[in-house]
Amino acid sequence: MALLQISEPGQSPAPHEQRLAVGIDLGTTNSLVATVRNGIAVVLNDHVGQGLLPSIVRYFRDGRTAVGRDAEREQSRDPKNTIVSVKRFMGRGLKDVTHAENSPYDFVDSPGMVQLRTAAGVKSPVEVSAEILKVLRARAEEALAGELAGAVLTVPAYFDDAQRQATKDAGRLAGLNVLRLLNEPTAAAIAYGLDNAAEGIYAVYDLGGGTFDISILKLSKGVFEVMATNGDAALGGDDFDQRLFCWVVERVKLAPLSAEDTRLLLVESRAAKEFLTAHDEARISTRLASGEAVDITVTQTEFQEMTRQLVAKTLAPTRKALRDAGLDVADIKGVVMVGGATRMPHVQRAVGELFRQAPLNNLDPDKVVALGAAIQAGVLAGNRRSGDDWLLLDVIPLSLGVETMGGLAEKVIPRNSTLPIARAQEFTTFKDGQTAMSIHVVQGERELVADCRSLARFELRGIPPMAAGAARIRVTFQVDADGLLAVSARESTTGVQAAIAVKPSYGLTDEQITRMLRESLDHARDDVQLRVLKEQQVEGERMLEAVENALRDDADLVSAEESGALRADLDALRRTLTCNDHRTIKSAIERVNRATEDFAGRRMDRAVKRALAGRKVESL
Amino acid sequence: MNLNENHFQIFGVPARFGMDLEALETRYHELQREVHPDRFTAASQAEQRVSMQLATRVNEAYQTLKSPLRRAEYLLHLQGVDPEFETNTAMPEEFLADQMEKREQLEAAVAASDWQRLIALSSDLRQGQDSLLSKIDRQLEAQGWNEAAATLRQLKFLEKLGEEIGAAEESMDS
Repeated sequence: MALLQISEPGQSPAPHEQRLAVGIDLGTTNSLVATVRNGIAVVLNDHVGQGLLPSIVRYFRDGRTAVGRDAEREQSRDPKNTIVSVKRFMGRGLKDVTHAENSPYDFVDSPGMVQLRTAAGVKSPVEVSAEILKVLRARAEEALAGELAGAVLTVPAYFDDAQRQATKDAGRLAGLNVLRLLNEPTAAAIAYGLDNAAEGIYAVYDLGGGTFDISILKLSKGVFEVMATNGDAALGGDDFDQRLFCWVVERVKLAPLSAEDTRLLLVESRAAKEFLTAHDEARISTRLASGEAVDITVTQTEFQEMTRQLVAKTLAPTRKALRDAGLDVADIKGVVMVGGATRMPHVQRAVGELFRQAPLNNLDPDKVVALGAAIQAGVLAGNRRSGDDWLLLDVIPLSLGVETMGGLAEKVIPRNSTLPIARAQEFTTFKDGQTAMSIHVVQGERELVADCRSLARFELRGIPPMAAGAARIRVTFQVDADGLLAVSARESTTGVQAAIAVKPSYGLTDEQITRMLRESLDHARDDVQLRVLKEQQVEGERMLEAVENALRDDADLVSAEESGALRADLDALRRTLTCNDHRTIKSAIERVNRATEDFAGRRMDRAVKRALAGRKVESL
Repeated sequence: MNLNENHFQIFGVPARFGMDLEALETRYHELQREVHPDRFTAASQAEQRVSMQLATRVNEAYQTLKSPLRRAEYLLHLQGVDPEFETNTAMPEEFLADQMEKREQLEAAVAASDWQRLIALSSDLRQGQDSLLSKIDRQLEAQGWNEAAATLRQLKFLEKLGEEIGAAEESMDS
């Protein structure tokens, strides 16, 4: 089937001009990688023709890993060292982990993200995810016969800042140039929208292995605009397995299970759940390591009854998203179903009833997210062709706020604001001569800080000493197109830039990333220095090309003098690219950066004027 | 476009309350097509920074111009008029009495989990907002800034009530 025809053959740039870019769906249960080939988005398969890579990583004592089907096969033999559904732990503390009691893992409750003790040492969920990404990266580089220029990683739309940051870190750790984090339902909407030339307001209902998202999008003339999003970052197909598992344990009156038997029975439960999608009943028949035999039949009706509440739990966020978008179900033109868990008949029925229309199932719910990500990756990597003129406008899923007196959260950026967005907030000192203050940033909709997710504590230092209340510290919260937050601060009366020390509550510090990078490279017999050098060289080359193109396109925007100085900086950068010191390259890049600041502003100004040309006159 | 222009200038539309929302949206998309960070993933870091600033600015302007309440508030702001949301609580007695009554109705509807009454309240509220919006339109056209500020304070009141109705719907839903 020709899915997603983007351009006429012959219109596409010559293959050697194509930058290799992929979209990766890093899923709870399965992960996959896709790319755009000859204008068509395709999933890249492994050697045996499988597209889906089970998101399972097994650690061995000698530091080796097995990823995917190899790890899956042995999971109930070595559950403690075989990590499944690691996505549930990304950017999460131990207290946030649901079903911890049914997990065989040896959790380490570190101050930030929870960690797992394995035969190969303590591993962060970021490292585990990076192992999955490395396999997909290798698969893609082999299939495309070249190094990847960049990748788009998908995340659940309802992921908070900590979970997004963790995903991006995993990409970096796997040696990927992460072009963008893309929300999963939005990726699906791109794939669906382009394939069907859809116009109007659509809902994307995405029930994956461990997460649920609902997004409402407006598709008009090549613009994909997210109007509202909602969801539950800890609700998915896994929970249906858990319900069935508990039901079996209760029915068969099993004694408390070992980790091995727990995993075994969970795997059996999942198989039964999948079987029930097309059958009236399923039989679970297995012998546990304990010697006990399990042989029980579950009917479709029983299964639906025991999981009814889980389905209901997806409907409340769906109604909330509609309310936030200011819409009624009658305004929704179509409901696109995404994620393997939407195959369950009672999920289909509930969604159909709520929206009063049959849901759309004409895309493969397991693959559509990766395909959409691949399309965006191609465009972001610069492979934009005629017909690729679409634009994506996404939103922040959860409000950002700061802690105020009495442990209350004051909203700074409301949920569903279109990205990028920035808000400034003013703070003042409460003591004479105070030179430092701390700001606690939280994310969530609840009034109490304790009920929201703590993102980071910022320590502002270097505030000029003044009388209490005289200092005006303007703190700017900027959320970029990936939905990631950056904070800067300035004292308004003196203009002194306050220094910010960030202590992420869940994310990893730069030092931790460097350590993980070093550890991961030990096994690959690679060299950190070399890797960093390579990164800077690539960035330097990108920079040279970008500025040279700009100088060619808008030569009239720079004076001869300016252009001479710029070219000198560019030549200097070009010379450093062959040297072996990444710091030298970095400082040359920074010099070019500073030198092009004004030029960049003027170019952008021209682009905007061009966009408005012809319209301004008539409206004034 | 530069960062010092006001929202109306950025969108190239006259600084008045009446607004063609469809044209505004078209213009919004045209602007974002030019400045959005997705268009600059291969550009220099300096351009990427400018792109994020401008895209942020365009979003801020659009959100303000799109919402009648925020548009009115912004028009007053451009005139140097402070709507004194926090300090000026003087309201016509009739308006206040009506508000008290609506809030009581809301509480009663929540207590009885009465969706029908909640929906009726919502549509009531929308009517009230519409009539205040046509009023503020006339006041702003006539440059009656202080009168417009008084109407804006009432609109803000209604907006809060609307948020409370939304919160009530949410609590009854879960």
